[in-house]
Amino acid sequence: MSLDKATVAHIAKLARIAVPEQDLPGLATELSGILKWIEQLDSVDTSKVEPLSSVVNATLRFREDNITDGGQRDAVLANAPVSAQGFFVVPKVVE
Amino acid sequence: MATLLHGATGEWEMVIGLEVHAQVTSKAKLFSGAATEFGAEPNTQVSFVDAGMPGMLPVINRVCVEQAVRTGLGLKAQINKVSVFDRKNYFYADLPAGYQISQYLQPIVGKGTIILDLAGGETREVGITRLHLEQDAGKSLHDQDPSSSFVDLNRAGVALMEIVSEPDMRTAEEAGAYLRKLRSILRYLGTCDGNMEQGSMRADVNVSVRKPGAPFGTRCEIKNVNSIRYVQQAIEYEARRQIDIIEDGGTIKQETRLYDARKGETRSMRSKEDAHDYRYFPDPDLLPLVVQDGLIKSIAESLPELPDEKKARLVRDYGIPLYDASVLILEKERADFFEAVAKGRDSKLSANWVTGELFAALNKTGRDVTDSPISAAKLGGLIDLISDNTISGRIAKDVFEIMLETGKDAGAIVEEKGLRQVTDTGAIEGVIDAVLAANADKLAEYRSGKDKLFGFFVGQVMKQSGGKANPALVNELLKKKLAG
Repeated sequence: MSLDKATVAHIAKLARIAVPEQDLPGLATELSGILKWIEQLDSVDTSKVEPLSSVVNATLRFREDNITDGGQRDAVLANAPVSAQGFFVVPKVVE
Repeated sequence: MATLLHGATGEWEMVIGLEVHAQVTSKAKLFSGAATEFGAEPNTQVSFVDAGMPGMLPVINRVCVEQAVRTGLGLKAQINKVSVFDRKNYFYADLPAGYQISQYLQPIVGKGTIILDLAGGETREVGITRLHLEQDAGKSLHDQDPSSSFVDLNRAGVALMEIVSEPDMRTAEEAGAYLRKLRSILRYLGTCDGNMEQGSMRADVNVSVRKPGAPFGTRCEIKNVNSIRYVQQAIEYEARRQIDIIEDGGTIKQETRLYDARKGETRSMRSKEDAHDYRYFPDPDLLPLVVQDGLIKSIAESLPELPDEKKARLVRDYGIPLYDASVLILEKERADFFEAVAKGRDSKLSANWVTGELFAALNKTGRDVTDSPISAAKLGGLIDLISDNTISGRIAKDVFEIMLETGKDAGAIVEEKGLRQVTDTGAIEGVIDAVLAANADKLAEYRSGKDKLFGFFVGQVMKQSGGKANPALVNELLKKKLAG
């Protein structure tokens, strides 16, 4: 599978990464190369193998339904560039 | 069928499917130990997991999983013993990690069904496609400042069940009935409080239109509608909008829209154009979720009587009409109230008073049956007085009004106001004689064949007796007297 310029631009937009137009062809070649390398795995017959969602042979551990966290507003807000009245403040996002 | 819409080119059918986000009733969040309680000060119920801090790992809450299984069983659905959590990637200010942990290809609950109770006691089955567990996002406030939005992460990470229906509904009323029935099942199960005003139950509505019998049309999704009434209004508006576009030669573009309740219209959310490209992949922080048979079995055994079972039992045990039963079961507390009233009494009379006078009075004052101004015992006392002929049904309505205002016992009111029904034939005959004497002209007309005047005489006798004469006795004695 090889990626064209438009696909690379779309992926960059979804990932919120600004990519200048002149960098797109080079990135498309690089990403296509990576995909081609990974595609070697397609040569393995996996038709009789269950899809794997984790490499660890274990299942999820449960936590009890108790309140053990929270009540630390200042710590939560500490890294926010702007906060006010206990809220994170961000540039306006509204429909 | 009266369910079709009329357009310039003939009739159209609506096709409706609903995705409901129901907040799981639990103390702590789905993957963190922060509290879920509604209405706390902003950002006071946030763990570093919920805030998307690097290096923090999610650990799943046992009760949230059990609640999802319980809901699945209540929807008669298949429980998937192995399910997988995926990351749904998108950027928004109230989603700190840049992804929502959700379930995509392997949800915890598969296909189920829900039975709608429609007008007149009719029912209709709607398929459930799936139910999956996911995290809620935070809340953004846009009205605090002209150039910025304020973000509160208290809700971020709270467990939601997304319950997806098949596109089986054909009218706005059916969509309303679906939401009411789903809400009552969730409340019976205790898995979601179903409070739409506080946002603990929200609906995304998928609407398309087609000519009857034709393949499905292109659908539009109306996001986050927060009341049953608005869902119905949004559907009516959206279907009409789509019909107008198609009949003018246009085509429907699949898109996400929002409902503006103030203007009564839906409009496009352009910011969501790329929104369907979520690049789901299994969350590497979470192992597959395995639900053991033993857990499913113990939850199945602890399920309460559900609305449909209760409805069938009320009809069977009390002999009340199906429609009354479907009104009573919508809220468990209403059905409990009815059963307390009907115990040892005429069940049909009890159902009439509970679903009629009492519910009307509660609706008018905006109260729930749980804080009814008249207790089940007191309403029962009133019904006893009707059953033993102490008062007539008409006088009972007056007594009911006084009970509403004063909270007194029916018996005390009847004694105090002297409302006891007159069943003494001599006394009633006396009143009849007086009425006939005062209306000699009408009596002559009646006897010469004007039968319709019978009602006039009954009215006069009842009026003279202050409404207290037993109506059946009045009828019987009056007929005799009039015959001469």
